[in-house]
Amino acid sequence: MFGLTQKDTKFLLIVIFLTMATPILLQPFAEDSGLAQFNAGYPDLMQRFAIFGIFAIGFNILFGLTGYLSFGHAAFLGVGSYSTVWMFKLLSYNVMPGLILGVIMSGIFALGIGYISLRRSGIYFSILTLAFAQMSFNLAYSVLTPLTNGETGLQVYASDPQILMGEGALTTTHFFGIAMGSSWQVEFLGRLFTFNFGYYFCAVIAVLAFYMSLRIFRSPFGLMLRAIKTNQTRLNYTGLNSRPYTLAAFVISGMYAGLAGGLLASMDPLAGAERMQWTASGEVVLMTILGGAGTLMGPVLGAGFIKYFENIFSKINDTVLHGWFAWLPDGLEDALIYLIHPFVGKGWHLTLGLLFMMVVIFLPGGLVEGGQRIWALIRRKKKDGAGPDAEHHPKPTPHVAE
Amino acid sequence: MDAILLQILNGLDKGSAYALIALGLTLIFGTLGVVNFAHGAIFMIGAFTAVTLSKILSASFITIDPTQQNFLGQPLEVKTPYLVGWFGESTGMAIIDWAVPLAIIFSIPIMLFVGYAMERGLIKHFYHREHADQILVTFGLAIVLQEIIKAFYGANPIPTPAPDMFRGSFDFGVWIGYAENAIIYPYWRLVYFLFAGIVITAVFSFLRFTTFGMVVRAGMADRETVGLLGINIDKRFTIMFGVAAAVAGLAGVMYTPINSPNYHMGMDFLVLSFVVVVVGGMGSLPGAVLAGFLLGILESFASMNFFKMIVPGIDQIIIYLVAIVILLTRPRGLMGRKGVMEE
Repeated sequence: MFGLTQKDTKFLLIVIFLTMATPILLQPFAEDSGLAQFNAGYPDLMQRFAIFGIFAIGFNILFGLTGYLSFGHAAFLGVGSYSTVWMFKLLSYNVMPGLILGVIMSGIFALGIGYISLRRSGIYFSILTLAFAQMSFNLAYSVLTPLTNGETGLQVYASDPQILMGEGALTTTHFFGIAMGSSWQVEFLGRLFTFNFGYYFCAVIAVLAFYMSLRIFRSPFGLMLRAIKTNQTRLNYTGLNSRPYTLAAFVISGMYAGLAGGLLASMDPLAGAERMQWTASGEVVLMTILGGAGTLMGPVLGAGFIKYFENIFSKINDTVLHGWFAWLPDGLEDALIYLIHPFVGKGWHLTLGLLFMMVVIFLPGGLVEGGQRIWALIRRKKKDGAGPDAEHHPKPTPHVAE
Repeated sequence: MDAILLQILNGLDKGSAYALIALGLTLIFGTLGVVNFAHGAIFMIGAFTAVTLSKILSASFITIDPTQQNFLGQPLEVKTPYLVGWFGESTGMAIIDWAVPLAIIFSIPIMLFVGYAMERGLIKHFYHREHADQILVTFGLAIVLQEIIKAFYGANPIPTPAPDMFRGSFDFGVWIGYAENAIIYPYWRLVYFLFAGIVITAVFSFLRFTTFGMVVRAGMADRETVGLLGINIDKRFTIMFGVAAAVAGLAGVMYTPINSPNYHMGMDFLVLSFVVVVVGGMGSLPGAVLAGFLLGILESFASMNFFKMIVPGIDQIIIYLVAIVILLTRPRGLMGRKGVMEE
């Protein structure tokens, strides 16, 4: 089905099911229970899962397949956001023109930046992309203020033309009349499920994006990209020019980033330059590596993982901790909380950094590899390679150059 | 003419910082072949050793002075630093005032240790992995170090002033025969520049004139052969990592009066210093220093109104533009050796 093998179809269907059921699956704890704060089924967060999932899937097409580590992808996210907000300002709050323009603009940017950056590989490529992203960030903050509204961030004002705005049209972002913010809430067994249109809009796009990336992974083009990662020199000696392939991968992943940026602006019609800062590019790198670069599902998992912890973990403060460990003797309780305190709440970045280092050191394949190892331990039937799904996880590249 | 001189002077202090950080980065890259994204964090830790020392020195005990009253009419609590109690008013205050220069002595062993621990604890496991992995793990380390500092010192910048006699500015123009008030230059920036010069000279003489330095240079040229000659080159490289960390740390210590240190200052400098290293040529020490000063001065020239009128925003992007042009036209950088990292 969909031009996929049976196994991939099954995989895709599972992904579709999981995405569609997210509002239910992420709300496992009753509202009045002490664990309710671990529920992640609220629209804002779920939208972020989907959007950053798209961003990470796109980044993975470049980094996971070709091995080119870009530290400048946030620039495309920013370009997508700015273009979309401009469409809101000029036309109307309908997200469709904005998203299309966002994707096209980021594609053009990616073409330009990629054409230049891809002349070099390895660390030089990373630094070139970093330099371009910092340039865009600095410009967005300073000279391009008429376009980007500088530090304030670009937003829609009542005085904007909005030429397609009819009488009585929605004044929030919408998709042909359905507002992104509209939700349908159901209470069931003490759990509150919120089915938000904005989330489902992002989710459908995310599934499409995922399907695209699945097709790319399985296509001859994807194989070529993997060949570039494995041994580019050898590929060049066989008489192939690898540049068009890497450039195509770069542009595709840039467009994914632009789409994600456009969706961010569609959920909340605001675009700020800080979205383009290089630490934001670092975040998508973290997501992809944490989940598992080069795997299909990894980046999405990584994005979900980081966004979940950013929103849920950072809310754990001392009061919550006291609530959990109240059953311990007083001295022990205080000591334990003193130990945990730096790692939660405001300090969750510390946990993230440590976790990221652990993953890079011990689990180069990310969470997906971790899952596969555990799965292999449980099954322990076949010993032919890396777990049950070797194809989803290409073997680590041999170290050719030293 | 004086305007040009002023811009050169303005560029020198930033250029010195770039040069020092880039020198450390290049030392690490040239010896160990590791791309260290945590180098900005080391710079930041250096700055925070100065903050720590100045806090320790001004640790105070509280006495109640019955002769003075606060606004509620109660006896005033007077804070007296311990140092004043021990050494008397003038010596004690002078020591506190000189916290930042004193921190130089204090930070060298700390930074050597930080570098040594980093290399032995983490980096050494990454020699045989790809550059991308090295970037990633040191990037993670940078986040961790930055968050640890944030947990201890908070997120706000901590002002750490220079000693009293170096505060303020002086009329540099008069010294070299210009009219009065033509070139006003802060004392501390001159100090910073001279200090950077001393550190750079020290590092270069260490490598050039000592046996240890000679072995290290030999190892940089051909590690394997030096190893085969029965020299424990790894140990020396580890020490060089410590030296590189100390250089970055010293750059941080002396930078505190120019910019109040906060936990993300390292990340801000990291990108630029990488650009500096690339422009100078990966693995070339003189290249790193030269490019550091050049880019610092270039940046300050670009912020002149004259250039900003021709190309708006040029001051924001000049360094990156230069880096892109250099990378595309001369990938081994200004002074890189032919064939080293020339992909």
